[in-house]
Amino acid sequence: MTKTVKIFSHAISRRSFLISVGSLGVAVAFGGLVRNAFGATMSLVGEGDYLPNAWVTIAGDGTVTIMSPASEMGQGIMTTLPLLIAEEMDADWEMVRIVQAPSDADKYGNPGFYGIQLTGGSESTRGYYELLRLTGAQTRKVLLSSAANMLDVSVGELTTEPGRVVHARTDRSLSYGQIATDGSLPDPLPQVTEADLKPTDQWRYIGRRDIPRIDLPSKVDGSAVYGIDVQLPDMLYGAVLRAPVQGEQPERIDDSEARALPGITHIVPLSYGVGIIGETVEATRRAKDLLNVTWSTSSRVRNYTSDRLLEHYRDVGRDLSQTGVEAFSEGDADSAITNAATVIEVDYMSDLVCHATMEPMNATALVTGDTVEIWAPTQGPTGTQGFAAEVVGTTPDKVKVNVTLLGGGFGRKAEADFIVDAVSLAKEVEGRPVKVIWSREDDVRHDKFRPLEAQHIQVGLDVNGNITGWRHRIVADSIFARTNAELFASAGGHDDVVTEGAHFNYTVPGHRIEYIRQDNGLDIGFWFAVGVGYTRFSIECVIDEIAAARGTDPLQLRLELLKDQPRARNVIETVGQMAEWDRERDGRALGLAYSDAFGSHCAQIAEVSLNRETGVIRVHKVWCAVDPGVAIQPRHIEGMMIVGITNGTGHALFEQINIVNGEVQEGNFDTYRVIRMSEAPEIEVAVVPTSGSPVGGIGQAGLPPVGPAIANAVARLTGGVRLRHYPFLPERVKAALGA
Amino acid sequence: MTAFTINGRVVDVDAAQDTPLLWVIREHLQLTGTKFGCGIAQCGACTVHIDGAPTRSCVTWLEDVAGREVTTIEGLSPDASHPLQKAWIDEQVPQCGYCQSGQLMQAAALLESNPNPTREQIIEHMDGNICRCGTYVRVISAIQRAAREA
Repeated sequence: MTKTVKIFSHAISRRSFLISVGSLGVAVAFGGLVRNAFGATMSLVGEGDYLPNAWVTIAGDGTVTIMSPASEMGQGIMTTLPLLIAEEMDADWEMVRIVQAPSDADKYGNPGFYGIQLTGGSESTRGYYELLRLTGAQTRKVLLSSAANMLDVSVGELTTEPGRVVHARTDRSLSYGQIATDGSLPDPLPQVTEADLKPTDQWRYIGRRDIPRIDLPSKVDGSAVYGIDVQLPDMLYGAVLRAPVQGEQPERIDDSEARALPGITHIVPLSYGVGIIGETVEATRRAKDLLNVTWSTSSRVRNYTSDRLLEHYRDVGRDLSQTGVEAFSEGDADSAITNAATVIEVDYMSDLVCHATMEPMNATALVTGDTVEIWAPTQGPTGTQGFAAEVVGTTPDKVKVNVTLLGGGFGRKAEADFIVDAVSLAKEVEGRPVKVIWSREDDVRHDKFRPLEAQHIQVGLDVNGNITGWRHRIVADSIFARTNAELFASAGGHDDVVTEGAHFNYTVPGHRIEYIRQDNGLDIGFWFAVGVGYTRFSIECVIDEIAAARGTDPLQLRLELLKDQPRARNVIETVGQMAEWDRERDGRALGLAYSDAFGSHCAQIAEVSLNRETGVIRVHKVWCAVDPGVAIQPRHIEGMMIVGITNGTGHALFEQINIVNGEVQEGNFDTYRVIRMSEAPEIEVAVVPTSGSPVGGIGQAGLPPVGPAIANAVARLTGGVRLRHYPFLPERVKAALGA
Repeated sequence: MTAFTINGRVVDVDAAQDTPLLWVIREHLQLTGTKFGCGIAQCGACTVHIDGAPTRSCVTWLEDVAGREVTTIEGLSPDASHPLQKAWIDEQVPQCGYCQSGQLMQAAALLESNPNPTREQIIEHMDGNICRCGTYVRVISAIQRAAREA
């Protein structure tokens, strides 16, 4: 038996930091309290009038259990964040167990993300980096203090080794498990400041290549539990038939055939569709196909036809009399362009893109009175609490969200529509959990796509070809207007995420970014790298267009525009060396692109060939140099670069959603084409951190450069044929070649 | 009732004959390592072995497996010791991991019939398995490693 002791700190000296986190202290519990992978993990409860953080549990056997506050969707965050605590507390990594934190933003919210639990924006490592290291440092101090009492020595004589406090002078030591079992604990907790953090040369775990991801063993033997895998006693299944056009409602429901199917227990009319509850998953899936529903025909989304709209967006971009919201302005771009010797003026566009996470949308909910428990692959437990509470008519604190593993997220699982399905149906059968699983067709057709968008860019050059002014107009619907109306309003109608990435770090005297918002009713959402995915496409291609106009090497031009940015220059020079930039390839060409988005510097070079008859582009290889500031887990950073590059290649070449009169034309992987193994480039990655730099985001950093690198390679291969419209479908390539 | 063998165990399932084997495995037998990805044999996430042959369980019906032997990821090895499973860890293949049961089952069938496949043979055999994270280059490396070390 190990005893459980609760200790709390009333204040630590960096109080302002912690208050901004929404908490007043750090709690450390001794005694193994881990129960299962679905929350209910800590019996630590705050006392009095404050809520403690609760991150670490040490059991008598030395097992250290660390909470992981972010959603694991393949980015390795479940290893990265606990590793920060383990590093500073000198835990023995072999003895560390990691548990997904429950939904509790007060304790586990991201300081870098409004203090809520939301995994996205490549913000997890950046947001939690300082807090978790401080938490680890304080834990270590607690252990030292306890050990000092036990050994009857002063704290100053003690040091730590992994999992152990050492008194070198008397050659004695205590394991963390022994301290947890027999120690008496300091009250109040010792205080910590940044000065207590380890110097980087004393890191044992940060920066090592040989620490594997902790979630992978479960992902090779079938034991990993994703949302769709949840199995609960007495569980029912649910399915929802959604309107063919967003915004329509069921007007007449003929459910006679569906209801007659064995195993179907409930048909539930919803404002946006028709729900089915049944005893088996196969019955609910079949019943959905047997429903006969007459839908309303009043939704404005019926006017949405994507190819027609995109032409309109392009025209809006070109029509300078249509001014939008100014997103950024420095110098006087407009007069620089008016007075320029040469003006490059181009349009870039991209079609709607679908998430198609391998795990389709799903969620399981249990409603009991005014409480709700949810098991879901969600990126946003805090938001989920609010949406679920609304469905049931309760308050968010009565909603418990158990975050499972996510079979892909890419921003889609930050939405709550699939969770609303499960809660809406569970409300009908109180006391029994309901698992709702979407079909792939629903997953594609009712996605929140990356926005359809057009960009108009004007660049003024002086007689020597130097850039004098850069004007960037982005025409698209808004994501934040729907998902965060308050933020959208407070930003004066600017959508920060739609124009994300347009603000670059190249030195130009005049720079202006405008957002010309469109509103055509379709729900659009956060996709992998969101705005950066298309803004860096246009910017990086235009840099190459300028280089071509000047007769300058595009790599040299970038170095010139980044004179005072050593980290940027380093990744560009490194990737140039890796790819042997100056070596000509027979029948192939190299293209370069660079991005500083998400706080990481990333340069990539793509080697491509082109079949001029068919218009098919082949990406043979991509080299990548990335500077994440701090490389916490270099091998996993390489893994995320592979994800960004492979996905980014597929999205640049294939991915396209077409909507005609409000109806999505694609439905499954036979019509929505994603990259396959035979189309994937070989990839070589160099991780080149810069000592003393802030930690950068990695989740999305690898995607933005690859598309423009491919387009730039095609231009170099073809004597200047530019591809300015994602995706580079063969017909578009042929049209560009023929133009 | 339909009887078949799954991972060496005989089961008797009470479900309609035309129930997709995928849902029988996942929800009736609660072996959730086999994944639902598309339902139309386009992604390979549901790949299992039927009498040793890699098969998309989403388009296989319960009646098709009566009396036959089904192997899922849970039965690939008793303790994750299959050379591919070890190589998958060594190469740190999975990202989200959702497609990897299918990738592993597809790859296991390849090595069964061709212990030393070329890169081209690997790609040809694996091309029906989608990985939305795009781990393809590491999948290839892991298959090559397993072939080398087996």
